This record gives sequence, structure tokens and C-alpha cells, in this order.
Amino acid sequence: MKTFNDAKSTQNEPKWVQFILIGTAVLFLLVMLVAPLITIFVEAFRKGVEAYFVSFNDAYVLQAIKLTLITAAIAVPLNLVFGVCASWAIAKYSFFGKSLLITLIDLPFAVSPVISGFVYVLLFGAQGWFGHWLIENDVQIIFAVPGIVLATIFVTFPFVARELIPLMQEQGNDEEQAALLLGASGFQTFWKVTLPNIKWGLLYGVILCNARAMGEFGAVSVVSGHIQGVTNTMPLQVEILYNEYNFVAAFAVSTLLAILALFTLLLKYMLEWKVARDLEKLKTDE
Amino acid sequence: MTIEIKHITKNFGNFIALNNINLNIVPGELLALLGPSGSGKTTLLRMIAGLETIDETDKGEILFNNINVATKKIDERDIGFVFQHYALFRHMTVFENIAFGLRVKPKKERPSNEEIKQKVNKLLKLIQLDGFATRFPWQLSGGQRQRVALARALAVEPKVLLLDEPFGALDAKVRADLRKWLKELQTQLGITTVLVTHDQEEALEVADRIVVINKGKIEQVGTPQEVFHNPANEFVINFLGSVNLFHGRVEEEGRLSLSSTLENDHSKFLIRPHELEIVSPNSADAILLATVKYVQLAGSQVKVELTHLDNEQKHILVEVSHYEFNDKNIKKGDIVGIRPRELRTFQDGAGI
Repeated sequence: MKTFNDAKSTQNEPKWVQFILIGTAVLFLLVMLVAPLITIFVEAFRKGVEAYFVSFNDAYVLQAIKLTLITAAIAVPLNLVFGVCASWAIAKYSFFGKSLLITLIDLPFAVSPVISGFVYVLLFGAQGWFGHWLIENDVQIIFAVPGIVLATIFVTFPFVARELIPLMQEQGNDEEQAALLLGASGFQTFWKVTLPNIKWGLLYGVILCNARAMGEFGAVSVVSGHIQGVTNTMPLQVEILYNEYNFVAAFAVSTLLAILALFTLLLKYMLEWKVARDLEKLKTDE
Repeated sequence: MTIEIKHITKNFGNFIALNNINLNIVPGELLALLGPSGSGKTTLLRMIAGLETIDETDKGEILFNNINVATKKIDERDIGFVFQHYALFRHMTVFENIAFGLRVKPKKERPSNEEIKQKVNKLLKLIQLDGFATRFPWQLSGGQRQRVALARALAVEPKVLLLDEPFGALDAKVRADLRKWLKELQTQLGITTVLVTHDQEEALEVADRIVVINKGKIEQVGTPQEVFHNPANEFVINFLGSVNLFHGRVEEEGRLSLSSTLENDHSKFLIRPHELEIVSPNSADAILLATVKYVQLAGSQVKVELTHLDNEQKHILVEVSHYEFNDKNIKKGDIVGIRPRELRTFQDGAGI
């Protein structure tokens, strides 16, 4: 808001230029984002409210929702722990290979999700590096739930760490040192000093991580094997329903993902404000 | 508590932060570690606190009451530490900040809530911030924050108080008030205190003894009077205030005879501005003639800047009292004589 006002006061473009610029942006958003979102809901309710709810009364759909929830329930907490550990290490210590670690954290953002999936197939698939050993020991990862969870963890890894690293770097480690000097244990220091300082940033990262974990298609698609009722997550189920010309059901499941997205956006907006306020406090501290 | 520091060396990569430091800290004293930035003074303080480790290959020791603390953890050292930027817990109130050290104690030693409340309120009175218990750090001024940080450190009744540039981030007036207050408080509590500062005025004002550190080495240890009036070497005299440099030789009658170059039998003489006197250019005592270039009347003393009459590039600074300044009727552009009241020279690092 502030920057917008500043821009207006320093650059005195004529009214019509402003109008065209803003109009273009709004039009673009309407066509590219809002219209598709509305379409999802319109298509889902095309045959009435009853048909919408009947779509969920399907064993495969329910199984897909369940698998999505299970995957997120495993991937998000693990990435929460990994993310906090990695950002702690990066922000509070200096060590050999630190910049390499930061680059590695960003890797999942840089790589196409399909390739991330393939990597796991190459590692754990029947012809993969560990494939032989896994078959002998009767462990199935590819085309099974563990593979889906692994692929999801890989794709969603950066969200928590990316959010926390700058926040923790900004905060430094004076407070932690003060706590240790006052006799606090390492755990007490983390629980009473570090965690309260990063809680909003952490929650922000978790929300984004969760949204991606539930919505991931590419990586999961490669490792899943598309076994209906066993290895299909919600996005995969949407694809299958759509390919079967079951449009109402496809869009009905999509509405769940769309609602998740809207809810995520709302929380994101609120948390961004909280994080900004925490950083503001930090600045008045100096 | 007695603290003995024996043969401490600390390297950060190729950089030698501390080079064979030996120092005894006497119980109850306020010791200032004084030096320019990068001199190693903060490293030494952090090593006493345990925030920096003693290098494993090093045979140095830090002893608290004759016990080697090298292997002791930070929380076993009974240390109160105050940071330059306060390091208050920003999500806690003033009350909770001060109570922190008591609340994290193991169950057996932890005081009851009622005891904690009494103790914190007592400390709030001590730092003159009663009524601020429910404020958050960002609602306080810098000086108030540093007092809260001090109360937080004192709450666990440490045996040593370590202060890392505690007033460095405050403005001049608050700094002067706070250091006076700190000195009174320290005398009253009798707690052994080590203060790190780069501000010589601060060290001279509050410390019982000053350790002057430069490039990882101790240059001098002594009372404020000793280091100011009997500096051990050129670094100390330069660091503790302005100084005028002359090259010359002392004649038989005790008069300094100047020369423009530093020859074998000539030495460097370092004389403080207040140790020089402005005399008549005809005076037999004058060692040189100089032109008055600038006069600064603001301040408790008048600062007179002069240049050598025969060399405009050579500057001299003299401080005289306002009375003397008026009596002698010194004006800009005057040609005057300069007479040293004291002569001080260093040869091979030794002072005269």
C-alpha cells in the first residue's frame, strides 16, 4: 500500500495511463485466475447440489482424499523438522559448505516435479539402484504410498526453510546466547526463545508447504502408478475422473483443492502481516 | 570471585585475536578492557563467559577461584552477561525477561512463583523501572532496555558480571548518566565486574583498573591514574587522549632541544595538550615558536590549535583554562612560544 502511494506521488502520470495499466492488470487477473476459479464451482454444481455431494460418495474418491491427507500428515511435519534444523544450522552457525547447502535447499524449486519423481523411480524402482535389494526384502516404495510420500517431501522441502532462513539470520543469536548464559538448557532455549521468535514465519512456511503437498501432481504422478483406490491422491483422481468424462465428480473434487487454496491465501495474507510486524519490532530494537 | 587468565591465545583462522594473555581479576573490582575495535577485548570477555572456546592445542587456562573452567559449560560458570544490543527476549515482558533465569532453573532449585515475583520487583526498583513490568522491550528506550538487561543478568545472582560495550548503542547524555549509575550500583553490590569498552573516557571514569589491549596483546594494566599519567608506551598514550609529538634531545640544563629529523641521539617526546604552556615568544623557556591557527572556546578547557612557525604542516594542540586564556590574551594569528611542563619519552617501549 505504502509503495503504491509513494509511486503515485512521485510519478505524475496522466489519469488515463493509470487507468489503462490498472485495467490491464485487473482484466488479466479476471481472465486468467478468477474465471477458472469460478468455472470450477460452476461445473461442480452443474447438475445440482445433490449430484455434487453424490460425487464424494465414491470409494475411490474417498480413498484419494484419505491418501492426500495421510501424505500431507507425514510430509508436512517432517519438512517442518527438516526446515527448522536446516535454517537453524544456516542462520546460527558458519561452516564449510554452507552456501552449497542453501543451493541444495532450493533444488526442488529449480527441478521439474516430474524429474523429481523420476529420480525416485531410478533409485527405488524395480530396475533402480536399490530396486534389487528392495524386492528381495519385500519392500515396495515405487507405485506405493512410501513413494508418494517421498516425492511429496522432496517437492515441498524448500517452503519451511526458505521462509525461516532470512528471518533467523535477521534475528541473530544474541538472544539464544543470553538464554544459555542465564542457565537455560539447549532445549529450553529453543522452546522459550527461538520458537516464539519464529512462530509466525514457521506457520507461514507450513501453510504453503501443506498447500503444495496436497496439490502436487507431477512428481506424485510418476511414482504413483495410478492404482485407483490405492495410490491415487486427489489431484491424480481428478485427472482420472476427467478422462472418464465424469466432469461433475472431477470438478467436485477440484473444489476441495480450490477451497484449500483460498484458505491458504487467506492465512498467508494474515501471517505475512504478522511476520512483517515482528521484523518491524526488530528494527525498533536496534 | 578471583579470575586468573593464563597464557590465553585465540586464533580465528589466520587471524590472531589474542596472543598469550595473562591477567588476574581481583574480587569485587570493576575492570575495564579498553582497546580499539578488533583489538581482541570482546573475544577475551567472551572467552571468560564461555561463548568462545579455548583452542584445544592451546595450553592456556582460565581459572575461577583456582578452578579451571575450560571444561565447564556456560551455565555452570555463574556469569551475568550484558550485550551491547541488549539481547532482551523480544516476545517477553520486562517482568518475564528478568524472571527468565529463575524460571529455567532445574525444579529442585527453582524458586516459587511468589519468590520470583518478589525478586523481580526488587530488581525493578534497583534499576528504577518499577511500573514497567508489563511493558515489552520495544516499548522502552535504549537506556531502559540496557537496565532491564542488567537486572536480568543480576537475577540469577552471578559471581561475575561481564559487560560487552554496554553503553555503546546509547547517546552521549544517557551514556554518561548510566555509567555513573552503574559505578554506584557495582560498588554497592560489590560484584566482580569486567567491562569492555573502546571509549577511554568511560574506562577512566568507571574502572578501578584498566587493561589496555591492542592487536591481541595487553599493553598496560593499571589504575586510571597510572595509565593516563604514566602510560607504558606510545600506544597507550595515543589511545588515552590527544598527544603532541616532538623529536629532539634533552640538553644539560633540562631544556628540550628540537630537531627536524630523528637522529641517533634524538628521541620522540609525547606530550599531552594540557602539559604544554603558551608563553611569550621571547621567553627563554620556549622550545619553539608557533602560530595560533584556531581557538575552540566551547568546553571546560580552551583548545588552541597551532602550527610550527617554520613548518605549516606540523600541528600542535594545547589546552589551557579559560582564565589563563583570558589572562594571556591569546588571539588567532598570534605568534607565541611553546613550553612543555612535562617531558615524556619512550625508548624500547620503556617510559621515563
